Order: sequence, then structure tokens, then C-alpha cells
Amino acid sequence: MDSKPIISVNNLTAKYGEKIILDGISVDIFPGEITVILGGSGCGKTTLLKNILRLYEPYSGSVRFWDKDVLTMDEQEFSAILKQAGMLFQNGALLNSISIYDNVGIPLELHTKLSPEIIDRMIRVKVNLVGLTHALHLFPSELSGGMKKRAALARAMALDPKILFCDEPSAGLDPITSAALDELILDLKQQLHMTIVVVTHELASIHRIADKIIFLDGGKMLFNGSLDAAKVAGIPQIDTFFRVGRF
Amino acid sequence: MSCKYANGVLSFEGELISSTIPLLQAESKRVLGAEQPTMLDLAGVTQLDSAGAAFIDQLHSSFASKGLLLLKGANPEVQAVLDTFSSLHLPSAPSSAKIGFFEKLGDDFFTRWSSFTATLMLASEIYYYSLVGLFNHKGQRKGSFIQQAILLGSQALPIVALLSFIIGFILSLQSAVQLRNFGANVFIADLLAVTMVREMGPMMTAIIIAGRSGSAIASEIATMQVTEEIDALKMMALNPIRYVVVPKFHAITVVMPMLVAFSILVGMLGGAFVALGFLDLSLETFVKRSIEITTLKDLVVTFGKSTVFAWVIVIIGSYFGFQVKGGAEGVGKATTSSVVSAIFAVIVLDAMFSLLYL
Repeated sequence: MDSKPIISVNNLTAKYGEKIILDGISVDIFPGEITVILGGSGCGKTTLLKNILRLYEPYSGSVRFWDKDVLTMDEQEFSAILKQAGMLFQNGALLNSISIYDNVGIPLELHTKLSPEIIDRMIRVKVNLVGLTHALHLFPSELSGGMKKRAALARAMALDPKILFCDEPSAGLDPITSAALDELILDLKQQLHMTIVVVTHELASIHRIADKIIFLDGGKMLFNGSLDAAKVAGIPQIDTFFRVGRF
Repeated sequence: MSCKYANGVLSFEGELISSTIPLLQAESKRVLGAEQPTMLDLAGVTQLDSAGAAFIDQLHSSFASKGLLLLKGANPEVQAVLDTFSSLHLPSAPSSAKIGFFEKLGDDFFTRWSSFTATLMLASEIYYYSLVGLFNHKGQRKGSFIQQAILLGSQALPIVALLSFIIGFILSLQSAVQLRNFGANVFIADLLAVTMVREMGPMMTAIIIAGRSGSAIASEIATMQVTEEIDALKMMALNPIRYVVVPKFHAITVVMPMLVAFSILVGMLGGAFVALGFLDLSLETFVKRSIEITTLKDLVVTFGKSTVFAWVIVIIGSYFGFQVKGGAEGVGKATTSSVVSAIFAVIVLDAMFSLLYL
């Protein structure tokens, strides 16, 4: 494992109005690892992802990608960082006015100089990897919730990003599709050496993919380490999570 | 990264990734010229991503049809990426079928015809439940009529007032110059009263309400449709038309004639400014002539047609709201379509009402 973190979050605090959502979170994410963010509903998992990606402005703290502070850099510099990151949003966030083919093709067309034929192959491969070849020319409004999420994953990995953020990738999917997505996430890690950050509640998924887990509760980080270490850490909230399976 | 060609073998070295592919594509074309490789040597490839895999597949597809093309030498890591991201076994993207002109024309006709019949069906349901709702308030929330009357009526007063005043003012100003040339200053009141009462009052109010309230009705119902609120109402054994549309229908039936009356009065006020200021008419003469020229028939037709306009706006807004498909984009389309259709319908109906004056 590379000892230098790819993402370094230091003392991050996020607020909605006066309400503190994240309270002094410090996390390092290392290259080539799958980090799973866990916690009960409303504990700030999605807020943490969005603060890391500057989609929300943190109240205080710093976020560094490749040792560069993204909160102070200008739009152009940050845009270069974003081109190396992919994000699968909780509800897919596909562009409704264009087909799945075009949704996946947009980052390839706008951010690469690849020829149309190579882009076409890359789109079809990515869509096939998430099992949506039959839906290539459908529009998001014609897809089910699970299909939208898979299409969004195809878009998130279109550029083979160095870092992939997934907000609840397997929520709403059947167990077989969910397991296939986990396999795909593992393939992306092993073959393309992607660093992957996943927010999920699915225990089976956590056991399949997690190299490290970060456990949040009430906006605070209770644990950061390996899954096995979490299970024997003796933290009641984590014990409850793994015993009951949900909050 | 680089590529070489010798003895039928095209060899690559270095990284075959998204940023190097455009250069390698040009380089491979250059070194090959008119030659036909029989083998791709990937032994020197140190890194491959999905763009690299697509490039190898593209070479494979273009040369394999002309003869056998073998891949060799890829290290296990590169081979694994190649296997995962291979596009060779995938069907090519289907092109959408082209539709002929007459087929499209026929399709458009039947789509519009079925929209029209569906609107009539919805209108009949709205009329039925509105009539029933007058005597039986079951399935409607208490206070919904007042709430809708405020939303559709009193909140529209400022914009109706402002636009009506400006229209009355402009009409008078444009007419004043011509009338003064002929010494017919006093007829400004007649002209203004007839125009505002018969046409501008009801039509401008209807257009404002179609844009403001018709769009609000369509977007509210469309949002309820895409967020499954309409289905939830059905599951609670509540009729969505009765719960959502009928209070709006009752409210607009009452407030529309009031808004039109308000629009006419404010429009006349705007005209009076010009008449009194530029044409030296007295207020008494202006009011007297305005009342004299306005007939009972004018008022009956005006308030009658304004009620019809109000119904059409609610029915069209509801129709597009209930017909919505898709998510946020569908809501936007439904709103736009409802405004355009309602304004079109108001103008066509206004033309038909004008025939009553023949």
C-alpha cells in the first residue's frame, strides 16, 4: 500500500444553518483501497462525500487531493481534479433529456480527444458491465430505480477515474445485481487500480468489498480502520450495526 | 509510448491509456501505411485502461475482417483489463428507425386526436365532480376553496392591475392623437370602454391567468404524479380529481369574473389618465360616456366568456399535469405545454365569442 494518502480530510466541520452535521472529521483515503463509509440514516455520510467534492462548502477544515487543498484552489484547478474523479449519486442524477448512451458518452466526448469509434466502444463496454446493453438507447425516465443507478455507475466510470465515489450503489437492487456490482467495483480496484469510496448500508456488500471502514454517528467519526478491527473494537453503535444490520 | 511495425507484427510499448490513444492512433496509421498486420504484440504495454482496450478492439475489428489477427505477449494484468473491457462480443449500437413523412403526419394526428378525447373525458369528470362537490364536500379538504381562491385570485391582482393599467394607458395614448385630429376627443371614452369590456379585459386577464395559474396547476399536478402522490391519494380511496382539481375549479369560477371586472376598471383608469390629461375631457363626461356605451349584453358576454376561459385553463392545466411522463423534465414539458395550449385555446374561444356580436 502506498503510504501517502490520495485524499486527506482534516478536521472537517459541516453545518446546515446552525445545525452541525459533521463535527471535526479527519480521514485519510489511500490509493487502490476501497473505503466504505457506514452509519445510521442522517449521520452525515452523503454530506461528507459532498463536502469532500466541494458540492457543499464546508464550515471549516481542509480537504486535500494529492496533497493539494481543494477548498482554496480556483475552479480551473479543481476541474482538473474532478476529471480524475467519478461520482455515483444516491438517486443516479442522470440527465433526463438524453439517452443512457449519451449520458455515459458526455464525459468522454467533452473531456477526451478519443475518436468517435473508440468512444462508442467505451460507452457500450461500460453499459454492458452494468448489465444495461438492452437499455442503451432508452431515456432515464424509461428505467427503473435500480437501472438508473446502474446507468449512473456506468457514467461515473466512463473516464476510468482514479477515484470513484459511490453513494449507496446497491440500494434498491436485487441481491444478484448487487453482488454483480460489488464484483465490478472489485474489478475496477484490481484492474484499473481505482481508489473507491462507497457509502452503503448493505452488510453483504460491506463484507465483499471493504478494505477499510469509516463509521459515523451523529456527525462524529467513531471508527476508521479495517472491517475485522471494527468488529472487535467494542464500540456499541458498531456492534449494533453489525448485529441488527440496520439502524 | 510508441508503436512499431515489422514483418506483419504491430507492436506497442508503454501506456495505452485515454490520453495516449489519439497519438497512438495516428502513429499506428503512419507506420502501417497500406500494410496489413497479422499480429498485435502487447508485450511492451505497461498500462491499459478501457480506452486502450477499445483501441485494441478497434484494430482487431478492422484487420480481423481482412485476415487473421493474433494478440500476443500481454502481461496478465493487461490481459485482465482487456478481458473485462472487451467490446468485441457486444452488439453494435442500434440506430433508431427512421419514420416517413406520412407516417409521422398520421402519428401526429392520432396523438392529437387521442389528447383531445382524453381532455374531453377529463373535462367531463371535472364538471361532474365539481357539480357533485357543490352539495357534497366529501373527498375535499376543508378550507381548500378559500386557499385556492387566494392563490388563483387575490395573489394575481397586482400583475393583472399593472398590465391592465398599462394596456388602458397605451390604448388611449395611441387613439388620442388620431381622435384629436378629427376633434372627436369625447369618443376616447367609448373606444376605451368597448375595447376593455369586450376584449382586452377578459382576454388579457385570461392570458395572465393561463401563464400564472395554469402553469402552477399543471406543475403541481405533474409533480404529484411523478412523486406518486396521485397514486397515494388513490390508495387512500380519494379521487385525485375531486381532491386536487375541484377546489381549483370552484375557486377559479368565482374569482375569474372578479379579476376581469378589476382588470376593466383599472384599464379604464389607465385610459382616463390620458383622456383627462391630454384630451381635456372632464371626469364626469368620461364616466358618463363609458357607462352609456356599455350594454348589458357586453357584460353578460364578457363575464360568460371569462368563466369559460377559466374552466379551459383549469382543464388544460390538469390534463397536462395528469398526462406527465418521466421525472423533472416531464414536469417542465407539461407546464410549458399547458401554458401554450391554454393561451391558444383562450384566443380561439375569444374569436368564437366575437361572433356573438355579428
